Amino acid sequence: MNPIKTFPRGGVHPEENKLSAHQPIQDFPMPKQIIVPLGQCLGAPAECIVKKGDRVLTGQLIGTAKGFVSANVHSPATGTVAKVDVVMDHTGYYKPAVFIDREDQDEWIEGYIDTDELITDIKLDSKQIIDKVKECGIVGMGGATFPTHVKLMVPEGKKAEYIIINAAECEPYLTCDFRLLLEKTQEFLVGVKILMKAVNTDKGIIGIEENKMEAIELLDKTINAHRDLYKGIEVQPLKTKYPQGGEKQLIKAVTGREVPSGKLPIETGCVVVNVASTYAIYEAVQKNKPLIERIVTVTGKSVKKPGNFRVRFGTPADLLIEAAGGLPEGITDVINGGPMMGKSVSVTNFPCIKGTSGILLMTLNEAQDRRQTNCIRCGRCAMACPMGLQPFLLHKLAKQNNFDETETNHIMDCIECGSCEFTCPANIPLLDYIRYGKAKTGAIIRARNQK
Amino acid sequence: MSNTLFISLAVLGILGGVLAVVLYFVAQKFKVEENPLIDEAEACLPGANCGGCGFAGCRALAEACVKQAAEKGNIDGLACPGTDMGKVAAVLGLTAAAFEPKIAVVRCNGSCQNSPSKVHYEGADICAFANTLYAGEGGCSKGCLGLGDCVKKCNFDAIHIDKETGLPVVDPDKCVGCGVCAKNCPRGIIEVRPRGKKDRRVYVCCVNTDKGALVVKNCSVGCIGCQKCLKECPFEAIEMRGNLAYIDPAKCKACGKCVKVCPRGSIHAINFPAPKPETPALQGAEPAVKPQPKPEPVEVKTEVKPENTVTA
Repeated sequence: MNPIKTFPRGGVHPEENKLSAHQPIQDFPMPKQIIVPLGQCLGAPAECIVKKGDRVLTGQLIGTAKGFVSANVHSPATGTVAKVDVVMDHTGYYKPAVFIDREDQDEWIEGYIDTDELITDIKLDSKQIIDKVKECGIVGMGGATFPTHVKLMVPEGKKAEYIIINAAECEPYLTCDFRLLLEKTQEFLVGVKILMKAVNTDKGIIGIEENKMEAIELLDKTINAHRDLYKGIEVQPLKTKYPQGGEKQLIKAVTGREVPSGKLPIETGCVVVNVASTYAIYEAVQKNKPLIERIVTVTGKSVKKPGNFRVRFGTPADLLIEAAGGLPEGITDVINGGPMMGKSVSVTNFPCIKGTSGILLMTLNEAQDRRQTNCIRCGRCAMACPMGLQPFLLHKLAKQNNFDETETNHIMDCIECGSCEFTCPANIPLLDYIRYGKAKTGAIIRARNQK
Repeated sequence: MSNTLFISLAVLGILGGVLAVVLYFVAQKFKVEENPLIDEAEACLPGANCGGCGFAGCRALAEACVKQAAEKGNIDGLACPGTDMGKVAAVLGLTAAAFEPKIAVVRCNGSCQNSPSKVHYEGADICAFANTLYAGEGGCSKGCLGLGDCVKKCNFDAIHIDKETGLPVVDPDKCVGCGVCAKNCPRGIIEVRPRGKKDRRVYVCCVNTDKGALVVKNCSVGCIGCQKCLKECPFEAIEMRGNLAYIDPAKCKACGKCVKVCPRGSIHAINFPAPKPETPALQGAEPAVKPQPKPEPVEVKTEVKPENTVTA
């Protein structure tokens, strides 16, 4: 095992609470009607290409990517399109979605290889792999949902030296990536090989936090058992520290390189891909299966049966909550994602999409904002900031709408990890104001660049 | 001791005197010649520097007026929202278009009663931020968030949040119609409209362009786009914007017919005489919440907090 590494600056260590770590992944049955939102990725929503009454097969394209940063949407089930309407998604806004009345039997699209056997032989070349990833609508499944094919297209003049797999899963509570690593180890490793081939590199590093020792040992064992097959793949244990899975922090921890301010990770010769996305790429490239399902962790201290479910997109979240034992009494907060980066939702029946990594339920005691007091200039937020920013200052400047100063103080480098707010003894909602300032400053910068 | 005091006073006094003389001559030498009309025009303006005219302040508007008067012989297109430009025009020896006083109008009546809270928000009290997070406590994605960005930006102390309704209320005596609140509303709810003849005005108190079914879900007084008002209006002053009726203030004659046919009470008539006892109460003062049938209880499975939460 390699020595444990970490990123040098800031970070916090929240209670891990990986309650569902030992719950095997269960296939979740689909309801009669599924609601597939067309905007499932960062960037422009897909354009609908089906209409009411059309019969769609499982895996059939129903929405085409519109623009550069956008991803295709496929039908997660076989059935008839009931309507193309709007649905309130996890953001609380009405978004366009395709409603599909499902048939009981899955009828797959042509070309899908229905097998559970491991396919190790990678037939496609680099360009074909990227095209396949694009065609299958694969996005970053850690939650940010950035289209993966855009990441893999290394710009001219740059060279990708490393494929880094983000298996840190530094968010407390979430266990979907961990379970996938344990249950689909070989498929995942072939996925890493595919990624390495896609960007023409022979180095792949899997970064995992040391609290997932089981996964580290299993991966090490598998790689050692099949030396020639998984040549070049390395497992890098990382210290259990939030936000170890932040793209920039992960690169710094694994390679010691720092992504320059305002630049993309490719500047350091690294391409970072999430575990779930890697597995999805395996399925897309080897089995011709578009991205139509993912693992969702349903968890919380008051949840009766926390679990990991394999969910087809479009399944309403309240069914998952029901399967985990229902809404416990006194629940006040339903969070889409983990407790640090996730956002509370206003409805429980929002459809699960590509970015739904977890559904976390919190009680009043756990979730309630504690009484806010004045800033005492202790500087803990600045110590905790993994990007080396000064959150107390950014908070003040954003509050004053002083967006010239927020820009010179690098508000745009904020990764919105929430470490500052977590550590603040005065319970100031620092991140709220920083997010506000970041949105406003970003708009000003974009307007200026357009001139 | 007293000697030191005396000497320092004398030195400072003489120094001050000499510098004052120098400054006087320097000021004479480098005097900037300004058109005295600018000062006169500025005196006619309120001097609040609200920016509602589109210039950096009242003096900038006065300068622009004088400049345009000299170049084109008119001051068309230059207007302070709160003042009669006739006075400025008179100073410049011109005539201005008739003054039409304006007022900010809050086009949302989704109060705590009409659009009851389904979720509870805890977070930064900035509308622009809350707007990026969720639809609103009542669930209407177009409605007022009630965190008061408009209140914070108003230079005239003319808009306040009513604690009972949770909605901003415009003080008609203080509002000059500069439009700063309208610019700062992330949902474009506030509109600057003419005050109307005898201060009477009619407007649709809703900005939700969604389909009627979605509006009804979250609000008991939102416009559902039934078009009854459109058919009723004898002046063709009402147009449909998506599923929302909009009354064009330029065409509206404030007859009040649309108010009576609106099944949702979304159309507000301001400063109309009190209704006769037998007719249902349809008109009210601007901040008043219209009496509405109690909304259907919405099944709320959980009360959630639409704010990211950090747990220890």
